[in-house]
Amino acid sequence: MPGVVHVQAKINGEDTNFLCEPRQSLLEVLRDVLGMTGTKEGCNDGNCGACTVVLDGRIVDSCLVLGVEAQGREVQTIEGMASPGGLHPLQQSFLENAALQCGICTPGFLLASRALLDAEPDADEGRIRHWLAGNLCRCTGYDKIVRAVIQVSTAPEK
Amino acid sequence: MTLSNQVLSEVEYNVVGKRPVRPDGVDKVTGRAQYGADVKLTGLLHAKVLRSPHPHARIRSIDTGKAEALPGVKAVITAKDLPFAALSREELGGDYNRLKFASDHMLASDKVLYKGHPVAAVAAVNAHVAESALALIEVDYEPLEAVVDVRAAMRDDAPLLHAELRTSSMGEIGDKPSNVAAHLSYEKGDVEQGFGEADVVVERELTTASVHQGYIEPHNSTAFWNTDGQLNLWTSTQGAFAVRAAVADVLRLPVSRIKVTPMEIGGGFGGKITAYLDAIAATLSQKAGAPVKQLMTRAEVFEASGPAPGSWMKVKVGAKNDGRLTAVQLEVAMDAGAYPGSPVMQAMTCAFACYDVENGKVDGYDVVVNKPKTAAYRAPGSPQAAFGVETVMDELCQQLGLDPIDFRLLNAAKEGTRRIEGPVARRIGFVECLEAARDHDHYRTPPEGENSGRGVAAGYWMNRGFQSSCVITVNFDGTVSLIMGSVDIGGTRASIAQQAAETLGIAYEDVKPMVVDTDSIGFTFITGGSRTSFATGLAAIEAAESVKAQMVSRAAKIWDAAEDDVEYADGAVRHKSDPELRLGFKDLARQLATTGGTVAGQSNVDPAGEGNSYAVHLADVQVDPDTGKTEVTRYTAIQDAGKAVHPSYVEGQIQGGAVQGIGWALNEEYYFDNSGRMMNPTFLDYRMPTSLDLPMIDTVIVEVANSGHPYGVRGVGEVPIVPPMAAIANGIHEATGLRLRSLPMTPGKILEEQWERNGG
Amino acid sequence: MAKVYIPTMLQTLTGGVKQIECQGRNVRQIIDGLEAQYPGIKARLVEDGEIRSNLAVAIDGDVARMGMLERVGETSEVHFVPAIGGG
Ligand code: FES
Ligand code: FES
Repeated sequence: MPGVVHVQAKINGEDTNFLCEPRQSLLEVLRDVLGMTGTKEGCNDGNCGACTVVLDGRIVDSCLVLGVEAQGREVQTIEGMASPGGLHPLQQSFLENAALQCGICTPGFLLASRALLDAEPDADEGRIRHWLAGNLCRCTGYDKIVRAVIQVSTAPEK
Repeated sequence: MTLSNQVLSEVEYNVVGKRPVRPDGVDKVTGRAQYGADVKLTGLLHAKVLRSPHPHARIRSIDTGKAEALPGVKAVITAKDLPFAALSREELGGDYNRLKFASDHMLASDKVLYKGHPVAAVAAVNAHVAESALALIEVDYEPLEAVVDVRAAMRDDAPLLHAELRTSSMGEIGDKPSNVAAHLSYEKGDVEQGFGEADVVVERELTTASVHQGYIEPHNSTAFWNTDGQLNLWTSTQGAFAVRAAVADVLRLPVSRIKVTPMEIGGGFGGKITAYLDAIAATLSQKAGAPVKQLMTRAEVFEASGPAPGSWMKVKVGAKNDGRLTAVQLEVAMDAGAYPGSPVMQAMTCAFACYDVENGKVDGYDVVVNKPKTAAYRAPGSPQAAFGVETVMDELCQQLGLDPIDFRLLNAAKEGTRRIEGPVARRIGFVECLEAARDHDHYRTPPEGENSGRGVAAGYWMNRGFQSSCVITVNFDGTVSLIMGSVDIGGTRASIAQQAAETLGIAYEDVKPMVVDTDSIGFTFITGGSRTSFATGLAAIEAAESVKAQMVSRAAKIWDAAEDDVEYADGAVRHKSDPELRLGFKDLARQLATTGGTVAGQSNVDPAGEGNSYAVHLADVQVDPDTGKTEVTRYTAIQDAGKAVHPSYVEGQIQGGAVQGIGWALNEEYYFDNSGRMMNPTFLDYRMPTSLDLPMIDTVIVEVANSGHPYGVRGVGEVPIVPPMAAIANGIHEATGLRLRSLPMTPGKILEEQWERNGG
Repeated sequence: MAKVYIPTMLQTLTGGVKQIECQGRNVRQIIDGLEAQYPGIKARLVEDGEIRSNLAVAIDGDVARMGMLERVGETSEVHFVPAIGGG
């Protein structure tokens, strides 16, 4: 059995310590070591975006990042998106717009959409479609997801 | 709603037809919902499956010794560990072949029939150790010639998959082994005569490739075989009872020994009906004496779980100069994958269901090939048939100079139309769908841009009823618990709760729907076939009616009145002649505690009267003449929902199905090398549509009430995938003049056709 | 009497007859009635006492829920249609 590594990272604002094997992905660490199963696995090879998390402000596919790479860095996952006061406006918009069917892709879409609107609050449909092209959804045909994000964006045309 | 999503309602209800937030929504947007892969149990082991690298081979021997010796490995199994290995042909009698197929599909015994076929499985302390152990298992294969093309498999000299399989022609068994498992034929009228009367006849051959359902969540199963012999399963499935039955069958257990808890499911589309992993996880758990979790990788999902069949078709249609059809004919062969059971019968039934024609004939062949056993995929069989029929109809319209919607209106199936396989259509909404398409802004505005074209195509799915159970319990605060066995894939907790609320006359928010395990509710068929909102909805309505009757009798007791003098209306119980005596649902609920306890309604239904679904799609495409790439620029899907219980989720079904169809039309296919190995088992190479590939999918929900349901509901989930391939093919024809007769219509194929037309 | 439609593939057994009138209050009686007129036809429709697994009986357009026990009305139409599941 390969040796385990002690990793210190900030996860959803909390200082977190965990042990992981060097071969374990961040996705595996989140789900299996830390029990944070809100981050989903769809492909484990960087092609579906279900495992999207935010690493030091950038969205990444956590299946393509090693757990040990989180050392000293900040990770945000779906579990940290709502605040004690309530849902993030995107979460609310996804609910109201029926932007999820099975919901397995939803955490990934939410984190990716938030990253977009944080950087470009006025993103329009074209920009949103471009940005979300790394996240696969097989249920919705994307229509209602894109509409849910448009509703939260401040783009003039709705 | 917006112009992009119209609902043409004739009847309005209080709750049915509204768009409330789904009850499981918050859990799903916060990451709290528990899917199959999220199951955690104390002492959990992890399993991996060793799969065949060959599409067709005989297994000479399997040596698991080294794997078993690896530290951390807790159990290794092969087909020898399944009950079938110890059962004789004498014991099983006529059931022998069926059980052999079912058991071998779990773990191959004598032969592997597709690349990815399971041959052994390992449970270990973690998935990495299990994977290392797989590499230590030695399998001695004798590779055999493989066949993956359906027509090639039908030839007399084709390599045979099953030595004992013979063609069944409606009960008549062929005289020699064959890859053709079944041949079926139906005829109405006299096609020879019909084609004789035609002024124009078009006959074409077409093919479609294998495609995958593409759910984002891979298959998973967690099993714990307790020391008392009880088997618990937690899994991602469209039908907990289907898993229970399949596992009971292969493991030769009474169903009462198995409890299946359906976890949240990350998409299914028909592909999560088959229980691929559960029997393996269970057997490993029994051997290891610990719970075992097994997850498929994406490659395993592609290589070993249900694609929809590839197909070959010959379509022939004839019409008079005025456009009236005189005869139609279809010959269709579908690949079933490694074991019999393609949806060719559905293809035959659906193929011409949009048309009222005197003479028709359909012939279908169910053919085994060296591919994973096919599974249902949204309206199974119908999309392939529609690609054939609707593109050939388009060619007929073109030859006759007729508008495709006018032509379909002239020949449309309607109430009273006798289908080719015999039965007569009830009230259906196909004409209304065609009229809505004709009158839509989309159809009245020409397609935009150069090299663009518009295609029209129609589709049909019969829909299904089948059995459902529901229990409704009244809580003392006036809310109700709604317990059901139908797994919620895309919002059915909401749509069933709405029907219960409507029937009880209470608020949607006061209904708490719950999906429970197989020990906690009566038998409920799968979520699939577009049956849940219809059949489980009916069960909820019936349970609610029972609650109403009991509330009436409770009120009568409280008022010391005769039950006949008390009635239930608008969410309240009242005395028919004494206006003073009236109790709202909540007020009465509060009194239940002290007047005999709670009230519960229970129902089991197996309804007929499901009401058929029709859809018409309009697709605008733009084809780049230099690259051959097709872009879908505008898309409108029109569909009769009977009554849309939750219009947003109906639109979601329509949009999702249409987009799967767009993928099927343009990109998606299993790509095989010469020896029959799938070459593209990743999302990178099996290219499903992304948000960037698509426009908004506009919808029109037509509501022609289904008389078999009190609110007029028809199933909605299947038919949206039926028309897209033909609509896009017809659009490509208008854009380029090319008729593509093989799916997918990739840039490469379009360029090839273009070169061929231009003389190479 | 019920109107029974003979499936195309079984019309060889009926000498080309496509439709017959048959007495019977349920599917079992209808099939027995068919068998009496056209020996051999039952074996093509029924296996182990039930309708063959890939077949279904439709009575007036509704697939019979109770198989051989499904009631058939005086003037019902009886069809043997492909059995169909969904996705
Ligand atoms: S699981 Fe990481 S991208 Fe698919
Ligand atoms: S909602 Fe199911 S994959 Fe997106």
